[in-house]
Amino acid sequence: MLKRFVPDPITLRAAQAVGAAIFALIVAYLARRAGIRLLSEAAVALVRGISQIIVVGLLLTLVLGSAQWLSAFVLLGMMLGGALIAAQRTKDIPGVLQVTMGSILLGAGLVIGGMVGLRVIDSAPATLIPVGSIVIANAMNTTALALDRFRAEVEAHTGQIEAGLALGAAPTAVVAPYVLAAVQASLIPSINNLRSLGIVWIPGVMAGMVLAGSDPILAAIYQFVVVAVLFATAGTTSLLCTLFVRRRAFSSADQLTLRMVKHEEVRERD
Amino acid sequence: MGKQADLERETMTANDRAEGTSSRDVPARSAANSGGDTALETRNLSREVMGKVLVNDISVQVQQGEILAVVGPSGAGKSSFLRLINRLDEPTSGTVYLAGQDYKELGSRELRRRVGMVMQSAYLFPGTVAENLCYGPRQHGEELPASEIDNLLEQVGLEGFAHRDVSHLSGGEAQRVSLARTLANKPEVLLLDEPTSALDDRAEREIEALLTRVLRDRHLTALIVTHDTAQAERIASRAILIDAGRLILNDTVQEVLHAEAVRP
Repeated sequence: MLKRFVPDPITLRAAQAVGAAIFALIVAYLARRAGIRLLSEAAVALVRGISQIIVVGLLLTLVLGSAQWLSAFVLLGMMLGGALIAAQRTKDIPGVLQVTMGSILLGAGLVIGGMVGLRVIDSAPATLIPVGSIVIANAMNTTALALDRFRAEVEAHTGQIEAGLALGAAPTAVVAPYVLAAVQASLIPSINNLRSLGIVWIPGVMAGMVLAGSDPILAAIYQFVVVAVLFATAGTTSLLCTLFVRRRAFSSADQLTLRMVKHEEVRERD
Repeated sequence: MGKQADLERETMTANDRAEGTSSRDVPARSAANSGGDTALETRNLSREVMGKVLVNDISVQVQQGEILAVVGPSGAGKSSFLRLINRLDEPTSGTVYLAGQDYKELGSRELRRRVGMVMQSAYLFPGTVAENLCYGPRQHGEELPASEIDNLLEQVGLEGFAHRDVSHLSGGEAQRVSLARTLANKPEVLLLDEPTSALDDRAEREIEALLTRVLRDRHLTALIVTHDTAQAERIASRAILIDAGRLILNDTVQEVLHAEAVRP
């Protein structure tokens, strides 16, 4: 329909983006009427999203034809950005940026490096950057989920944790059940993705390849490779992240520092 | 006005007693000078968080086998003081001496094994009563024999409870398990942070009687934080009054409770 009125491909895509944004805003408006306030947040996110993706498009145009080493810098930049975003939700964890930075750099970096080394993914920028960005985004989401769950578990079980410490237990022993819960929770999306692959959803890489005219079987196999890589990334990132944050939750004298201030305020009220 | 002046005089005396410098102090002073019998001493213990002083320069000595009640209004800093002694929180300044040794020289895990703490709520770990009792000793590589588990449960009046799941216990039973779990570590000093405040009247009386008996039988040194002045009088021999994080009075329980009652 739009094609008839807008023959120029770039203008057509822009028009499609505006249409999709309007649709998203209508949903946000309806949500607001139901008492869920996300209209302004959705509007900001949409503007931010379109700006970011256009910048990335321009960047990719520059990078895709250039030397391979340049893609490493682009991926590094993406990892740093991912670390900053993942740290936003759990700002109250001491040194959270170092935690997200360490887990995303190591988790996504190791998996991308390993896959390139084993020639599972091509090292050409045209492949490495899009696939790498999917891996990094997955690492970012896993990190954010793991941290959020870990903090929630610690907050909900502060009494048990301090009771364990008061009995002379090591911090690693007292938080072990909560670390496990955080790792499990953060892996749920990746496990679900693996389980439902092809049944509930046809993921982006496969959809893109099919739309671009690739053989659907080849596209499906490549998609499986990507999803398996994503699962490996999620597992590595989640384990690293909980390992790093576990240390930050306690002082050198084995005192629970995470949310300590809040609990002291509560104690004072008591 | 006269009462206020008396109280201020007493307050100064209490701080002097805690420093061991007063000529007039009776119980605290004699205890302070008794040398080797001091089980625990806090020296200028303070804690400040985000500009708010929770514990302000508290110096107290507790003698071997003595039961010290820590009383004061809500939010006075009583629990904060107790947590500093167990080093669940870090003092901003000052320190604690355990049997004459600065607790910063001890590892925090070793300290917490020697200074046990029973909290307001039992905070039992999921599993059986026996598993909870074994938790502390297991942290330093010891397995608690079945006979010792039975012995501890007998002491807290829970014979035959070893294999019960803790999720099926009443509040009073859970608090008994919490006490037995702490005793399983064979602590030298016991910190009791309002151990009966979360219980109903009947369970409160039972736990109080149990505590009195266990502390007496084991000749344990203990500090008990309590809102209940009558309970302080029944359990403790000496008391300190804390308000706004400061040590206001350090004397016999009766004197401290009297002073608290007449405070404006």
